[in-house]
Order: sequence, then structure tokens, then C-alpha cells
Amino acid sequence: MKIKKILLFLISTFTVQVSSFALDTELHGFAETRAGARTQDDPAQNQMSLGETRLQLDALTYFDAAELQIRTDFLYDGLQDDLHKIDLDRGTGFMDLRELNLLFTPIPSADVKIGRQILTWGTGDLLFINDLFPKDWNSFLLGRDEDYLKAPSDALFVSWFPAIGSFDFAYMPKFDPDRYVDGSRLSYWNGMDITGDEFTAEKRNEWFKDHEFSARFYRPVLSWEGSLYAYHGFWKSPVGYDLSANDYYFPRLNVYGASARGAVGNTLMNVEIGYYDSRENSSAFKNVPNDEVRFLSGYEREIGNELTAGFQYYVEWMQDYGGYSGTRDEFRHVLTLRLTKMAMNQNLMLSLFTFYSPSDQDTYIRPNATYTISDHWQASAYANVFLGEHDYTFFGQLQDNSNLGLSLRYSF
Amino acid sequence: MKKLITAITAVTLALGAYAEMSVNDIVNKANEASYYAGNDGKADVEMKIIDKSGSTRTREFTLLRMNVKDGNQKFYVYFKQPADLYKQVFLVWKETGEGKNDSRWMWLPALNLKREIAPGDKRTSFVGSDFVYEDVSGRNLSEDTHELIETTDTQYIIKNVPKDPDSVEFSYYTMKIDKDTFLPRHAEYYDKTGKLYRTVEATKVETIQGYPTVIESVVSDLNTGGKTVNTFSDINYDIGLKENIFTERFLRRPPREVTR
Repeated sequence: MKIKKILLFLISTFTVQVSSFALDTELHGFAETRAGARTQDDPAQNQMSLGETRLQLDALTYFDAAELQIRTDFLYDGLQDDLHKIDLDRGTGFMDLRELNLLFTPIPSADVKIGRQILTWGTGDLLFINDLFPKDWNSFLLGRDEDYLKAPSDALFVSWFPAIGSFDFAYMPKFDPDRYVDGSRLSYWNGMDITGDEFTAEKRNEWFKDHEFSARFYRPVLSWEGSLYAYHGFWKSPVGYDLSANDYYFPRLNVYGASARGAVGNTLMNVEIGYYDSRENSSAFKNVPNDEVRFLSGYEREIGNELTAGFQYYVEWMQDYGGYSGTRDEFRHVLTLRLTKMAMNQNLMLSLFTFYSPSDQDTYIRPNATYTISDHWQASAYANVFLGEHDYTFFGQLQDNSNLGLSLRYSF
Repeated sequence: MKKLITAITAVTLALGAYAEMSVNDIVNKANEASYYAGNDGKADVEMKIIDKSGSTRTREFTLLRMNVKDGNQKFYVYFKQPADLYKQVFLVWKETGEGKNDSRWMWLPALNLKREIAPGDKRTSFVGSDFVYEDVSGRNLSEDTHELIETTDTQYIIKNVPKDPDSVEFSYYTMKIDKDTFLPRHAEYYDKTGKLYRTVEATKVETIQGYPTVIESVVSDLNTGGKTVNTFSDINYDIGLKENIFTERFLRRPPREVTR
């Protein structure tokens, strides 16, 4: 039904395009093939981690009073069983709609973007506190391009720019959960052991009831950029357990936070904090995560010729730890290090991103080498390596999913 | 009569002395002519990067520039080609104050993300070309000592020596500046051994809205045998840009000035 609606919309827009309202359309995109393999056996998963070819089309049409953006991937995924079944929320099937939105300026001091769009804010590098827009962890951990960590939001996004600062409001009429690790492509810890069984959860898909609201206010503070954030919605992964229904679910969540970013001498610095107000309480009928305080600070600077290093410290501090009886520590500390080196006239980019948690004793290493062969062709090699002392930690559970691969992309 | 001749001579000498510009005046005027023409400006830029074997890479972008106070400037660089840079924006707030760094951001449209770039070596390549970042945004005059080494009928020739030799790859560079327009036409960079290794030339100049403007420039790297040719077109000055174009709002929504 939904597909039909979208197709109809597409057809009608293309009809509009040939009419005289459209000033101009730009069409770009890429074709990419990407293949990867697990570096060890996982009885529950295919030895291939990725085997896919995708075509992305990116059309931007300018009208007198608006811009229409359509960006969609058509995918042949050799590791997906039912490619013909398109699920636009999970991004499965032969089509992954990334963007379909209309942007206009109703009053000079405001912009509105309505439709499917990629939303991002916050100051962390691959660490998110106040950015509660959906993430596609499967894509990220399997080794698709870093762009695919961001899953699309179906939202009304309003920005207002009075003299005092800038306001952004995002309203998602239907909950956009993370595309979390659910066993279909990556094995996970289910509380007992590592499994590839399908992880099911109670859906939150009622329009205008299971809705989310995100807001941000930002402005310069001295020579820094300061931001305040608020979120009203749900935990983005099904971290609650409903004992009466015997099912995992997405408990209610509010998040309040702040961040600052700026340069001190030759170093870029950022700090961000968020209070995760888990609005439901655990009871005889359900298990719900406790409140958390999350904090990160980052430092980035050039340390050599075309060589940049970024270091971050991140912590999740569970509140009311005395009443908690699970495997988690009160503090989960994470350190990250990113090294980026450009060489060969900036045609070769070597990058290494490492997550290390001293409290969980687990590590995630993400090396990548991308070579730009010409104005159209790009080749890259990547790896995702997971190491951990325990099966129940975030990266430790993914040990059997360590993978490496290659990609070749033609952009036009 | 004698008195008159003396007076005329004195006046002529005074005028002559007045016409002899100080080296600081020359480099200031050259800097103004090269980077500050008009209150603001716009140009379409095509960059052809040609390596020693003749293979070419092309970058196309639209450049907006605005002068703000104290010699500071803001730049908005909207990429159109190659395809993998399409819709990316490079935003610069140039700071000329002593010890101040430029603020630089990259807008990544696929992630809807504004990423700040760490202050860095201004002598590194601009988007993989033979131009360095400083060629595009201008080198701070206070970084070098300037000496007028020759004056021809049409040009001043200036030698520039870095005050902090370890901060750059050259030991000095010379610049030939046209007397009539004050545009630098030819620069030669010498490495630490005194060998010429790099030239920057303004190969075509036109007057646009009364401002002498470089419309083609070439950088040659004598070490690699590569060169980059910049061609500027659709140049307009004083188009009345608003300063808020150089903010996040217009990274998210590139203005018509660059997309049209």
C-alpha cells in the first residue's frame, strides 16, 4: 500500500517536472559493488558478510518556491532472501529510499523540510548522545560506506533563525527505530549465548501516537558553538522486556542535553552531555533500563603532514545502580581514536577508527583505505574487527562477525 | 629663471619620491587587488589537475567571497564536480589577526553533517590540486618580510622571506607585480637548497566591473612535473551577499547564488 503511494507520488512529480514549474533538475548518483567475508566461522551466519551491488540515484529539482530532493538506492543483495519485499523502515528489499523531501522557506527567517530525510546533530565522531535520529548499525558493522550509518527519518523538520540563535524542530509522526542488530546478518548476545536467531520486538508503529520529537537550539558562545537539545520518544533499540507479553519492546525515553564545540589553539575540542530520562519504571511485569547520564569530550588536531588524529572519551553512567541486578557496570567507559592520512595528491585516504572500552574490555577496529582512481572511479578496502573478553559486552558479542572486504564505486 | 628651474626640479623630485612606493604599500595593494576586490564576489571555477603523464582530474565549484571587518573574509565553496564531491560545501572564515586560525568546515550532504576541519598546515594541497590552501585564501602578509629587489618599466619584483622558516616548505619566493593593476603575475618558489621547484602564474587577466581580475592561473610543480590550471568564469562583484549565507543554515540549503 505504502509503496503504491510512493510510486504514485514519484510518477506525479515526474509529471510535474516536465511541466514548466521546474526550473532545473540535477541528476547524479553512483553504482557500487561491495563484497566482504567473515574472517572466522559463525555457524549461524553466511561466510560472506556482504555481497551486493547498488545503484543510487540522486535527483534535485529546483522550483520557484521549493526544492524537491529524491535520493534512492536500488539494491541487488545476494545475501538477502526476499529482495522483492521492500520494507522502507528497515531498509530491506531491492529499494532503500534515502531521501524524498520538499524544502521551502515559508517566511524569510525559517526553512521547512518535509518528507524522508537524513538528520544529524551533536558533536561526537561516531558517538551519539543527543542525536537520537535512527542509525543503521547493521550497515555500519557489516562494512557499508560510513554514510549508511545514518538511517532516514520520516519527519517534518522546521528551522527558525531569529537574531538570538537558531532553532531546529523535528517531528516524526511515527517512531523511527534504529536498524539494530537483529540476528539476520549479525549474531548477538541474547542473555544466554551468542545467537543468530531473529530478534523480535513489539512494534511501535502507530502514526501520531508512537511519535517522536527532537529539538535543538544553537548559537555562538564567545568563539564556541553552544547547543541545547531535547528529545521526547523511545529508546531507539528494543531494550525493554515485557514479561506479560514475553517480548522485547521500545520503552519511553526523554533526553535533555547540551554541547559545546570550538578551537583552542590548533586543537578542535568538543564536549557533550545528555541525561537519559527512562520514563518507565521496572516492575514485576517489565524490565526497563535505568536513567543514564552520558558524556563525551573530543580532541582533534593535525599531527603530521596531511595526518589528523582525533581522540574521544565517552561514558555512560547508570543512575540508581544500587537497585540494578544485571551484568552491566555502573560506568561504561569508551575511548576512541581516529587517524586519517591523505597521500598521493589526496587520492589515497587511509583511516583507522578504534573504539576501546576499558570497563567492558572490548575493542572495535575499523581500518579503511580508499583510492580515487579517477574523477569517476573509487576503490576501497575495509575491515571491521571485534575483540572482547566477554560475550555479553557490546563489541564482545560481535566477535564472530569480524569481517573484511572490498568495494568499487563509479560516480556520475 | 634659475629659481624657477630649481623649484620645478624640487617639485619633480618630491613627486618622484612620492611615486616611489614603499615595499609595504606594494604588497598591501597587491594583496587587495588579488583577494579583496569589491565588497563581495562570485565566480565559477574549473580546476584541471594534470599530472606528468597527462591524465587529468577536474574539479568544478562555485565560489562566494565576502569581506567582513578587519581584513577578515568568508568563503563559501560549493562543489559541482567530480560526482563524489557533488553538493559538498567548504566553508571558511578567514582570520587575519595575529596568531588567529581560520575556521574551516566541510558540509557532507549524505550525512547531513557539518564537520569542522582541524586548523592545519596552510601549505597543503587544496582538494588534491597543485594549489595550496594559502593560494586560494591568501597568505598573511605578516608571515613574511618583503624586499623590493627590482623595478622594471611594468613590474615590481618582490622577494618574500618567511619569518618562521620551519612553518613552510620554501626558503623564499619572488613575485612579479604589474605596476598598473597591482596583480601578481608570476611567483617563483625556491626550496631550502635554493632550487626553483614551483611557479604560480596569472596567465589571463581581464577587467570586470572595474576590477582587474585573474581569469586563468596556472601552478606548476617542477618536482612532480604536474600542473593545475584554474579557469574563472561568470565573475560578478558587489552582488550584495548577506553574511548569513556563510552559516549552517545555508550549508543545509545551498543558496541560489551557487546552485544556479
